[in-house]
Amino acid sequence: MTDLAPPLGRRLRWTFTDGLTLVGRELGRLRHDPGELVAALIFPAVMVVLFGYVFGSAIQVPDGGDYREYLMPGLFAMVTFSAVMGVMTRMAADASRGVMDRFRSMPMARLAVPFGQTGADLLVGLLMLAVMVGAGLLVGWQPHRGLIPTAQAFLLMIVLRYALSWAGVYVGLAVKNDQVADAMVPLFLPFTMLSNAFVPTGGMPGWLRFLADWNPVSALTAAARELFGNPGVPSGNVAWPLAHPVTAVLLWSAALLVIFVPLSLRAYMRRGR
Amino acid sequence: MADPVVFAEGLHKSFGDTHALRGLDLSVPSGTVCGVLGPNGAGKTTAVRILATLSDPDAGHARIAGYDVVREAGKVRARIGLAGQHAAVDEKLTGRGNLRMFGRLSHLSRREAHRRADELLERFGLMDAADRQVTGYSGGMRRRLDLITSLILRPEVLFLDEPTTGLDPRSRGEIWDSVRELVAEGTTVLLTTQYLDEADQLADDIAVVDHGQVIATGTPDELKATIGDRLDVVLEDPAALGPAATVLKALAGTDPTMTGADRLSVALPGGGFRLADIVRELDRAGVAAADVGLRRPTLDEVFLRLTDRKELV
Repeated sequence: MTDLAPPLGRRLRWTFTDGLTLVGRELGRLRHDPGELVAALIFPAVMVVLFGYVFGSAIQVPDGGDYREYLMPGLFAMVTFSAVMGVMTRMAADASRGVMDRFRSMPMARLAVPFGQTGADLLVGLLMLAVMVGAGLLVGWQPHRGLIPTAQAFLLMIVLRYALSWAGVYVGLAVKNDQVADAMVPLFLPFTMLSNAFVPTGGMPGWLRFLADWNPVSALTAAARELFGNPGVPSGNVAWPLAHPVTAVLLWSAALLVIFVPLSLRAYMRRGR
Repeated sequence: MADPVVFAEGLHKSFGDTHALRGLDLSVPSGTVCGVLGPNGAGKTTAVRILATLSDPDAGHARIAGYDVVREAGKVRARIGLAGQHAAVDEKLTGRGNLRMFGRLSHLSRREAHRRADELLERFGLMDAADRQVTGYSGGMRRRLDLITSLILRPEVLFLDEPTTGLDPRSRGEIWDSVRELVAEGTTVLLTTQYLDEADQLADDIAVVDHGQVIATGTPDELKATIGDRLDVVLEDPAALGPAATVLKALAGTDPTMTGADRLSVALPGGGFRLADIVRELDRAGVAAADVGLRRPTLDEVFLRLTDRKELV
C-alpha cells in the first residue's frame, strides 16, 4: 500500500499492542466459556488414559520398556499438532461471521490479527502441555535425562506448535467458512496416527512406513523420546528424520514458517474480494 | 455545494465472469442519508466493500472525505464505520467486552475505551445486557451492538449494509431510530437495503442500482414522480367497465388494467391531474363510480418499474 504510512516504529508498536489486545480477546473467550477450555484440556488427558491402558495392554515396545513411557512423547506431539485445528477454526469463524471484515475496516494494525491468533494459541498450547505433563507423571511417565534435555524437548514442541499455528491461519483464511473448517477437524486423527506416535513404524508396509517416517509428527515424537530418554529411540538403518529428529523438527518449523507466514499475510491483506 | 463526502466514479469490479460493478457512480453530500436500492446481486454489497476499503476496484476510483479508498486506505478507515448483514461481533464475549476490545483496536486508551463502551451501551439501551455474552442476545440486540461497535470512533461516514435484514418490525424500528439520531448529529450514512419502506423512511436521496450501475437517483418523491400517480376506480356497476376503460385510456394514454371484477387501475403520466376533473370525466361518460382514488405510487412500484422485475424481490 502506498499509504502515507506512519513511521515503522509506531506501526510495529501498534502491531504488538493490537496483537496483545487480540490475545486478550482469546483469553476473554475462554474465561466466559470455560467449558471449551476444559474440553480442550481433558482431551489430552483422556488420550493418555485411553491409549496408555487400552493399547498399552496389548502393544509390546521394541527393545522392552514401558508402553506409557513410549506413548507420552507421541501424545505430546499429537497435542502440538492440534494447533493447526484450533487456529484454523478460529480464523475461519472470524472470516465467515464478518468479524474479519470489521477488523479490516478499522484503523488497526493489519498484521495484528494473525499474530494475535497465533500468540493466543501459544498460551493455550502451554496450558495443554502442562496438563499433559501432569497426566503423564500420574501414569508413570517421566523424563530421564535431566533438566536441559527436558527443557529442549518442550522448547522444540513450542517452536513447532507456533510454526504449525501459521499453517492453521492460512488454511482458515483459505476456507473462510467455519462449517468447512469444522468438517476438516476429524482429518487430524488419521494424520497424527500415521506416525510412530503409537506404534513403531517398522512393522508397517513399505509405502505406509515411508509416509509415517516422513510425517513431522514422527520427527517430533522421535526427538522427544530422545531428549526425555524414553524408550523407542530407533537404532540401525532408519529414515533420515528419525535418525536426526531434532534437526528435522527445526527444519520442519522453519519450512512451515517460511511458507505459511507470507501466504497467510497475503491472504489476510488481500483485497480482491 | 460542498464536496460530497462519499464520491465514487466509474467503479468496475469483476469476479471471474461475473461483472458485479459496471461503472458505478455515487455522490453523497455530507450529513445526508443515501439509500442504495437494488435487487439481490445488483452490486450493492460490492460497492460498499470497495468504499469501506475491504476490496479494491478493478477500475474507477472512490474517495471518502477526500481520501482515496485505495491509496489512502488508512486515513479512510479512521473515518468510517461499517455495520452489515452479519452481527460482526465476538459472540463469546459480552457486549461490553466487545466494545472495549474494538475500542482498544481503534487505538483508544484503556480508560477511553472503557468510557466509550459505557457511553454507547447507555445511549443505545444495551446497558442491561452489557455483561451478558452476545450468544444470549436477541437478533435485534446483536444488530444494535454491531451498529454501535461501528460508532466507537464517531465516524464521519457510516456504511450500513442491509442493517435490518431478517429483523422483526420492532427491532427494525429501533435501528431506524438510532440511525436518525446519528444523522441528526451530522453523520453521513450510506445505507443499502432491499426494503423500500426502509429507504423511504430514512433516505434523503436514493440511488437505484441494477446490474452494477446506478440506473436512477433522486429523492423518494422525485423517483415516485417519474412514474406518475396511480388512479384506481371502483365501479358501482361492473357493466360500466367498458365506458370507464375508455375514459381512463383517454386520460392516461395507456390501457387501464382490471384489478377486480368492478375495478380498474391506471398509471397517470406526470402530475397535474385533479381528482375533481377525473370524476367529472367519468360522469360525462355516464359511469357511476363507487370510489375514485388518486395515489402516489409506492417506492416498490418505482423500483419494479426501474429494475424491470415482474415479481417483488
